[in-house]
Amino acid sequence: MTESERKIRVLVAKPGLDGHDRGAKVVARALRDAGFEVIYTGLRQTPEQVAEAALQEDVDVIGLSILSGAHMRLFPEIMKLLKEKGIDDVLVIAGGIIPEEDIKPLKKMGIKAIFGPGTPTTEIVEYIRKKIR
Amino acid sequence: MTIDTNQLVKELLKGNRRAAARLMTLAESMSPEAHAAIKQLYPHTGSAHIIGVTGPPGSGKSTLVDKIIKEYRDQGKTVGVVAVDPSSPFTGGALLGDRIRMSRFSTDPGVFIRSMGSRGSLGGLAWATYDIVHILDALGKDIIIVETVGAGQAEVNIIQIAETIVLLSIPGLGDDIQTIKAGVMEIGDIFAINKADLDGADRRYAELEMALGLDRTSDGWEHPIIKVIATTGEGVEELVKAIQQHHEYLVTSGKIKQNQERRFCAQLETIVEHSFMRKLFVDPEERKLFQKLVQEVCERKTDPYTAAERLILQLIQPQDT
Amino acid sequence: MVTKEKMDISQQKRDWENNTLKKTLDKSPERRERFITTSSRPIARLYTPTDIANLDYDRDLSFPGQYPYTRGVYPTMYRGRLWTMRMFAGFGTAEQTNERYRYLLEQGQTGLSVAFHLPTIQGLDSDDPMATGEIGVCGVAIDSLADMEILFSGIPLDKVTTSMTINAPAAILLCLYIAAAEKQGVSSTQIGGTIQNDILKEYQAQKTWIFPPDPSMRIITNILEFCTKKVPRWNTISISGYHIREAGSTAVQELAFTLANGLTYVQAGVDAGLAVDDFAPRLSFFFDSHLDLFEEIAKFRAARRIWAREIRERFNAEKRGSYLLRFHTQTAGVSLTAQQPENNIIRTTLQALAAVLGGTQSLHTNSMDEAWALPTEKAATIALRTQQILAHESGVANTIDPLGGAYFVEALTDEMEEEVYKYFDRIEKLGGVVEAIKKGFFQREISDSAFRYQRETEEKERIIVGVNEYLTDDRLEIPVLKIDPEVEKTQLARLQRTRKSRNNNKVEQLLNRLQKAAEGTENLLPHILAAVREYATVGEVCNALRDVYGEYQEPIIF
Repeated sequence: MTESERKIRVLVAKPGLDGHDRGAKVVARALRDAGFEVIYTGLRQTPEQVAEAALQEDVDVIGLSILSGAHMRLFPEIMKLLKEKGIDDVLVIAGGIIPEEDIKPLKKMGIKAIFGPGTPTTEIVEYIRKKIR
Repeated sequence: MTIDTNQLVKELLKGNRRAAARLMTLAESMSPEAHAAIKQLYPHTGSAHIIGVTGPPGSGKSTLVDKIIKEYRDQGKTVGVVAVDPSSPFTGGALLGDRIRMSRFSTDPGVFIRSMGSRGSLGGLAWATYDIVHILDALGKDIIIVETVGAGQAEVNIIQIAETIVLLSIPGLGDDIQTIKAGVMEIGDIFAINKADLDGADRRYAELEMALGLDRTSDGWEHPIIKVIATTGEGVEELVKAIQQHHEYLVTSGKIKQNQERRFCAQLETIVEHSFMRKLFVDPEERKLFQKLVQEVCERKTDPYTAAERLILQLIQPQDT
Repeated sequence: MVTKEKMDISQQKRDWENNTLKKTLDKSPERRERFITTSSRPIARLYTPTDIANLDYDRDLSFPGQYPYTRGVYPTMYRGRLWTMRMFAGFGTAEQTNERYRYLLEQGQTGLSVAFHLPTIQGLDSDDPMATGEIGVCGVAIDSLADMEILFSGIPLDKVTTSMTINAPAAILLCLYIAAAEKQGVSSTQIGGTIQNDILKEYQAQKTWIFPPDPSMRIITNILEFCTKKVPRWNTISISGYHIREAGSTAVQELAFTLANGLTYVQAGVDAGLAVDDFAPRLSFFFDSHLDLFEEIAKFRAARRIWAREIRERFNAEKRGSYLLRFHTQTAGVSLTAQQPENNIIRTTLQALAAVLGGTQSLHTNSMDEAWALPTEKAATIALRTQQILAHESGVANTIDPLGGAYFVEALTDEMEEEVYKYFDRIEKLGGVVEAIKKGFFQREISDSAFRYQRETEEKERIIVGVNEYLTDDRLEIPVLKIDPEVEKTQLARLQRTRKSRNNNKVEQLLNRLQKAAEGTENLLPHILAAVREYATVGEVCNALRDVYGEYQEPIIF
């Protein structure tokens, strides 16, 4: 173990009421295999639960997965809470069913990348590596 | 990146969870800043009751811990949780899912939950765990629960950390009987049988009774066996009562001193041993000397004992090589 | 026994391999070392009579409408009546969905299918904090009878059949439908339709459960019993492989787990004292149709054969209706790509073709824009037209089971059946479906398949057009359906009005009575019906039951 080797910690969170965790879990596994520490929150987390988990776990990255269509309501709430808690330096990325036209406003509110259906997991891993180093 | 440890410690002592989380990350990466911080916050520790919950995978530890938190919260006590899960030995990555079970406490300011990957090498895990427990203690948590997989073979030796150890098992797990035979029985202060509604719970109870044997109360503590159903919370009240009784027993019998000696002896040993090892393996200068000596032993220019003496001397009284 | 002719064929095949084939392979090897299906199943180069040497026509295939129904459940199949084109729809308020239903009925759709919004699916009212942002988004918002009355206004419930995709609170929505029909003067014996009501696959795949498995199974047997007596035209469970497949399973896992779930429901009904022939005919199935044409067709054929055999041999059913595996199909939502969305029309066409060649009873075809959001009207119409073209122009509806007897398809049908029985054995060893759920068996199997699929796709073991090959940069913007923010306001206002205008003392009384029944062994349905008639909400009824049963926590599986 070397001091310089910082472990990248990622919170994989599922806000929204849907139970579609296939994507979240496939990504979680891929991130684990890439050597990251992945903290999975489980289904149906409120914005407050997501933000507080991110704080306590002191993660470098938050990956939000949502397929319910409620992202335009829940994501701004999460971003607001992160700011309030002083952890808006965390890299926030998202995936799921997100219409093209929502991507711009989401990026504007600080969600750095949105990975839609069909994104190779390697792309997500590389993106995180690039941003966190 | 410069980290203002003084500031973090100050914030932590004011109850800032963000500062606590940051310090934990530093502790996990074994950074010198973390150790400096621990020195500062150590005087503010020592008031928490540290509980270890350990058991095989699938025994329902997280679900049980969730219910234990509930009991303590109902009593008005604050709780810190450290949940340790194994990291992959190949990639170093880990999937940590213990929070799922406790997510109702995610937003309770009286509860702080931290997940840890075992990462593991050079005793880093045990060491980091002590530090995280200290941080939760300094944060003012009344109760600290350390949840680890397995017993005995686990990389965190729970006995070095917790004052009260709850050993969890479930009916019908073949390898559990192995663990009983292997003698980990000695580390448990309280034995909980989860999923007590399943067939075989009575058998497991009898097995435990037998394994505990006649000298079950020889040290003045009765080592209770408690049946619980973690999913419904049945039996958890009784379990928490037993945990509290164990703490009272430690205090009133004076055993708390022995208990502390046991833990701090182990912790000190770990720190000393691994400080040496880390210096040897992490510091590039020392590493060079180490490798040079290995070569010399290979070439029979020197012997392993002389090489070891030189290394130890170098670590104690560094000289330019 | 291998006949002389078949021995000759295997000898001839070897000759072909050693001569004709070898020469070609020496010159130019095949494109890949391994050819696999969507489900990672290896496929041979060629199938011949030797691959179906054990096939016994009478025992394994027989004729349409005859045991074991491999070739189809009805003697004339689509020559008699085409499959039901049933498009799943629902969004926004009850008013908006009602409007869409009327439009679809005018367009020639023959049955209704209700998609509920997630709060209803989770047994939460629209004013629950967890419902934030979800109101009317994934389906129509239904909180109480007030919404249900609007949803079906102007649609005679004795004339249409309605399929409701609802599981954990299925009993409540069924009671709401009965109550809505009553308001139209239609009695429960006259209505027809389906509730999904398949809770087992919720634990395995779809994850919208509420109560733990044991009380959930009790509610389901209550429904079976109630419907047998009071709602005889209702299909009580739509045993669903769709969600298992969408969660990442293989075709065989979808088939095996779905059938195992079905057999578990039958056993539960029998254990509750019902005669199998009284309720088995009202069970139906719901499968996914994915992209691998032949594997999907084989799956549907194997499903019919296994079900008929198990129901006859395991449960000694005697009625023909009990043996029939009738199924609805939806094309694979997961196969839709966000990239180059128009390609999804072609994907959906192939999947619909598989469903029709596999003998489906009803079909939903996905719209091209569903990887982005809910479908627009135009996209949904194209999807419906796809079915109509298949039905009227392609000629595939002219003959029954056109692929029956094909070496490849028959071999694949047998192979899948064999694998299903292997899964049955493993599930049995774990103590049955409910126990295997508690142990996380299905969840792990599905999760592993999903991960393997992802890896194989990333390693280009399979090509997905527009995703890992044939990429284009020009992102075509397709219009997507947006839910009007007014929906939330309208819905919350109506819910508030309902709570004010009803007889709250009576509602409370009825909910208390329901709780008492839940603690005992009485059938819950009459109590739920009584409560919803008085405008008790979905959330209130569920909470009454949550107090008694608690909420389920799933084993943690990655």
